[in-house]
Amino acid sequence: MIEVKNLTKTYGSITAVDDVSFQVATGQAAGFLGPNGAGKTTTMRIITGFMPATAGTVKVDGFDVFEDSFEVRKRIGYLPETPPLYLEMTVRSYLRHVGKLKAIARTAVAGAADRVIEECGLEQVAGRLCGHLSKGYRQRVGLAQALIHEPAVLILDEPTIGLDPAQIIEIRSLIRRLTTDRTVILSTHILPEVQQICAKVVIINGGHIALEADIAELVRERSLEEEYLRHVSGDAGLAGPQAAGRATSSEGDAAHA
Amino acid sequence: MRNVMAIAWRDIRSVFVSPIAYVVLTGFTLLAGWFFFNMLGQFNRLVAQYSMLQGMDTTWLNLNDAVITPLLGNLLVVLLIVIPMITMRSFAEEKSSSTFELLFTSPVRVGEMVLGKYLASAFLVTAMIAIALVFPAILFVYGNPEVGITMAGFLGLYLTALTFVAAGNFTSALTSNQIIATISAMVILLLLFVIGWPAEGAGEPIKSILVYLSVTEHFQSMIKGVLDTRDLVYFASVSVVFLFLTHRAVESARWK
Repeated sequence: MIEVKNLTKTYGSITAVDDVSFQVATGQAAGFLGPNGAGKTTTMRIITGFMPATAGTVKVDGFDVFEDSFEVRKRIGYLPETPPLYLEMTVRSYLRHVGKLKAIARTAVAGAADRVIEECGLEQVAGRLCGHLSKGYRQRVGLAQALIHEPAVLILDEPTIGLDPAQIIEIRSLIRRLTTDRTVILSTHILPEVQQICAKVVIINGGHIALEADIAELVRERSLEEEYLRHVSGDAGLAGPQAAGRATSSEGDAAHA
Repeated sequence: MRNVMAIAWRDIRSVFVSPIAYVVLTGFTLLAGWFFFNMLGQFNRLVAQYSMLQGMDTTWLNLNDAVITPLLGNLLVVLLIVIPMITMRSFAEEKSSSTFELLFTSPVRVGEMVLGKYLASAFLVTAMIAIALVFPAILFVYGNPEVGITMAGFLGLYLTALTFVAAGNFTSALTSNQIIATISAMVILLLLFVIGWPAEGAGEPIKSILVYLSVTEHFQSMIKGVLDTRDLVYFASVSVVFLFLTHRAVESARWK
C-alpha cells in the first residue's frame, strides 16, 4: 500500500510537486499520467526514497519513506527512466552486484540473479556486457534489477520510452506478468498501456493531482484519452500557451475522428 | 561492511576490466623507471668521480640521499597528477548516470558508499606503490641502502597518496562533471603542497599552523626516516576530514 499525503517538493523557487495526495492499494497497479515536467519523476523519486520531500509524507506498507527509509527501500523495486546499468559489467555480474546491494543473503544472491534472468528473458544475453545491449534488453535488465529482491512494491518510470513497437509489446507483456500480485506505480505517456496494465489512474498536471480514479468507472462515459486531455488541458493557463495549443488541436483531432 | 566490500569490489573490477588500470600502472611504472634509471646513473658518475680523489669525505654520497629520496619526491609529483584522475570517476560518474538512483534506493548507507569508493581508489594506488617498491629492491640486491630510512620514505609516500585519494573522492562527490572533479582535486592537492610557503616570513601562531598543514613538511620528515606519530596523526586526520566532507557532499546531493 502506498499513501502519498500533501507531498510538496520545491527546487529553489520552482515548485515541482505541490500538495499532492493519492493512494495505491496493496496489490493494485496504478497508472501515473501527466505531461512532461508535471512532477511524475519527482514524485516517484520521493516515493522510492531517492530524494526527500520538502513537505508532506509518503508511507509504503506503513513505513515512512523518510523515517524508515531502509525498510521502504527493501520493499521497493525501482526502475528509473534510464535503467541504472553499469555498462562495463556483464548482465549476470551486474544483477549479482545489485542483489548484494539489496541485502539479499550471501548464499541466495546467485540464485536470485538466475531467477530474474529467467523471468525477464535474459538467458541469451546473461554473459554480455550491459553496454553492448539493445535498448529493449537494457530495459529488461532494468526490470530485472528492480525485481531481484522480490519487492512487494514496484515503481516504473516510463519503462517503454524509446523502444520500438515490438519491444514495447514485449516489455508491456513482461510488466503485466510481473505485476500481478504487486503494488505498482507505472508512469507512461501511452494511454492504452495504462488500460492494459492498471486498475487505477492518477493524473498529475503542473505539480497538482488532476484526477485519481478507477479506470473501469472512468471509461464508462468517456475514453481514457478524452479524460486525460480534459484534465491536462483544464488549467491551460498554468501549462502555457504551447500546451494549450497542443491540447486544442488534439481535441480537434478527437472531434474530427 | 558487506555493502562497503560490494561497492569497492565493483569499482575495482570496473577499473581492471577497462584499460584504465593498465594505462595508469604502465604509465606510472614507466615514469618511475625513468626517474630511477637517471638518478642511479648520476649516482654512479659521482661515485666514479669522487673515487679518483683521495682523502675526500664521501659519506654524504649514499644511495638513500642520492637515489631514493629524489625518487620519492618525483613519484609524489606524479601521484599528485594521477590520483585526481583515478578518483574523478568515483562519485561523479554515478551522479551523471542513473546508477546513483540505484545506490540511493538500495538499503546502503552513505558512509558505506564513501568507504567503498575510497577503498576502491586506494586499491589501485596501493598497486602502484607496490610496483614502485621494485626500485629499492634492486638497490638492496646490488647495494646497501638503509632499510629503515627507505621503508619510512615509502610509507610516507603511501600515506600521502592515501590522503590524496580521500581529497580526490571528495571533489568527485561535489559534482557530476569528471573534469571539474579532477581539476578541483588537483588544486586542493597543490594547495596542500605549497601551503607552507609563507610560513618562513609569518609570525606565530600562523607559522606553526601553516607548517603543520603542509603535506610536504610531513612527507619530508618521513623521507628522512623519522617515524613520528605527529606525521601519522596528520595523514590520518586529513584523510578523515576529507572522508567526512565526502559524506556530507554525497548526502547533500540528494537534497538539491
